Amino acid sequence: MNVQRSTLIFAWILLLPAVLYVVVIVAYPLLDTFILSFTDASLKKTTNWVGWINYEKIFNTTFAEVIIRTFVWTFFSVAIKMIIGVFGACMLNAAVPGRALFRVLTMPPWIVPMAIGIFMWGWMYNGQFGMISGVLQNWGIIDGPIAFLARGSTAFWATIITDVWIGVPLVTLYMLAAMQAVPQDLYEAAWTDGAGRFYRFRRITLPLLIPSLITMSMLSLIATFNSFDIIWILTQGGPNGETTTMIIDTYRTAIGSKKYGEGAARAVLICIFLSIFCLAYFRVTSRLSAGESNR
Amino acid sequence: MSTQPAMINRYRWYELISIYAGIFLFLTFILAPFVEGFLVSLKPLGLLFTSPYKFWPENGSFAAYRTMWVSVPGFARYIFNSFFISIIVTAIVLILVVPASYAFARFTFRGSGLLLGAFLAVNMFSGAVLLIPLFRLMRTFGVLNTYFAMIVPGVAFLIPSAIWLLRTYMMRIPRELDEAAFVDGASHFYTLRRVILPIAMPGITVVAITTFIGSYAQQFIFALTFNSKTEYMPLPVGLFAYFGRQEVIWNELMAASFVGITPAIIVIFFLQRYLVSGLTAGAVKQ
Repeated sequence: MNVQRSTLIFAWILLLPAVLYVVVIVAYPLLDTFILSFTDASLKKTTNWVGWINYEKIFNTTFAEVIIRTFVWTFFSVAIKMIIGVFGACMLNAAVPGRALFRVLTMPPWIVPMAIGIFMWGWMYNGQFGMISGVLQNWGIIDGPIAFLARGSTAFWATIITDVWIGVPLVTLYMLAAMQAVPQDLYEAAWTDGAGRFYRFRRITLPLLIPSLITMSMLSLIATFNSFDIIWILTQGGPNGETTTMIIDTYRTAIGSKKYGEGAARAVLICIFLSIFCLAYFRVTSRLSAGESNR
Repeated sequence: MSTQPAMINRYRWYELISIYAGIFLFLTFILAPFVEGFLVSLKPLGLLFTSPYKFWPENGSFAAYRTMWVSVPGFARYIFNSFFISIIVTAIVLILVVPASYAFARFTFRGSGLLLGAFLAVNMFSGAVLLIPLFRLMRTFGVLNTYFAMIVPGVAFLIPSAIWLLRTYMMRIPRELDEAAFVDGASHFYTLRRVILPIAMPGITVVAITTFIGSYAQQFIFALTFNSKTEYMPLPVGLFAYFGRQEVIWNELMAASFVGITPAIIVIFFLQRYLVSGLTAGAVKQ
């Protein structure tokens, strides 16, 4: 395609403000993080080049544990989000009276300021007075009060559940949109041939949903890996660091302890993982769309 | 969406029951925190801290909704701050994104695909990863502890999805319109301003709404890190004012939360159609 010179200039004029903005606020800090990770930058006036020391320090501490924990946390959070999201989408896709209202009622966790939803969960997890422990006791499922956020193992799952809660509306509405895009005549043809509801779901809906399912899981993976607010407000990474993920650890090192250099090294590590996810995402989506156009 | 329930969609009674049971289960999970939060806001503080747990508030009242303004006098200011920040963020995002999306939707040139990919990649890095250099950058600009410390980084991370959304929308506008204007001797700028912008208005509205919601919902980390002045705090950070030295004033915290989310709830009910289409644009290939 032959692009005229004036058109090209015009396109760049349109793009320039946004490009400049992102370069200054995202690209430059990214580069700066990388440089900082090789220095001992802190509140001190002077900053020295220290080479790989920050990275060596990372692996001398419990950071390997933190990395594993982050992956486990992310894996379960994404998996549960997808399961509940697809379940919710199936339910909301049913042509029953009231479904328009049900769809609206799905949105609040996504739309409300995250911190507010997290405060509410914080109260629910309270052992003495919170809803979950209280109801479970009233039903006789547990004997005494459980302070979910005060114990490592329960705090780990409590933060996951809250993360799931915030992520589910997006997954649900996305999968719902994908379900509604499935051509109706496929169902009608199958129905004419006597296929039952469950059979239609398994043989038509599910296969056609796979691309959207993969896309959403990847997007969800990236967002979940970056999750900060939830853990910070609920536990600040405690108790005993049992909910400390990479992001939390980085924040605590860099902003809490003001060890910018060491924090930057951790941030670089996060960026490396994110880039891998990102590449995988582009790989998968381009393959999916290529497969679609071949069909 | 089908207009009338066809034969294929007719459910047997047990199917209907299980669907409604499923919906009930799903919505219970989604809405339980709000129900609990609301009940907490009705309970007097003394009743809150009693065992055994009681679900319904006995002698509940809306007192917390009055006292919350007294306990934290700055609360109205926090809500204002949240709105103010979100409005400015939305305005800046639109100014940057509308021309850029048009360029991405209409012109293919060397590297345009790569550039779009680079924009989308910004989404991958949350603010948390870039906090240290951003902190230094804000300090260099001299905007730490001002509104701008929260506005400037907020904008950057809302640009990618806004571009993606608006580009998808603009690609649906027929190219013939541009060409017709061009044949009539209109300049590029004139075409954009007089032909494309009016037609793209619904799409721009969707982007504005989702950007506003995004900004209103995600003000936590930048506000926590880049601003320590009480008078500039947005709602999510301002709510920490209810965390007293001894104990958290939970009923007022919940009352304040509900007052704080009212704008969002109003937005949902009036604009939910836009929200869903904004959310799912690009999810489905035409």
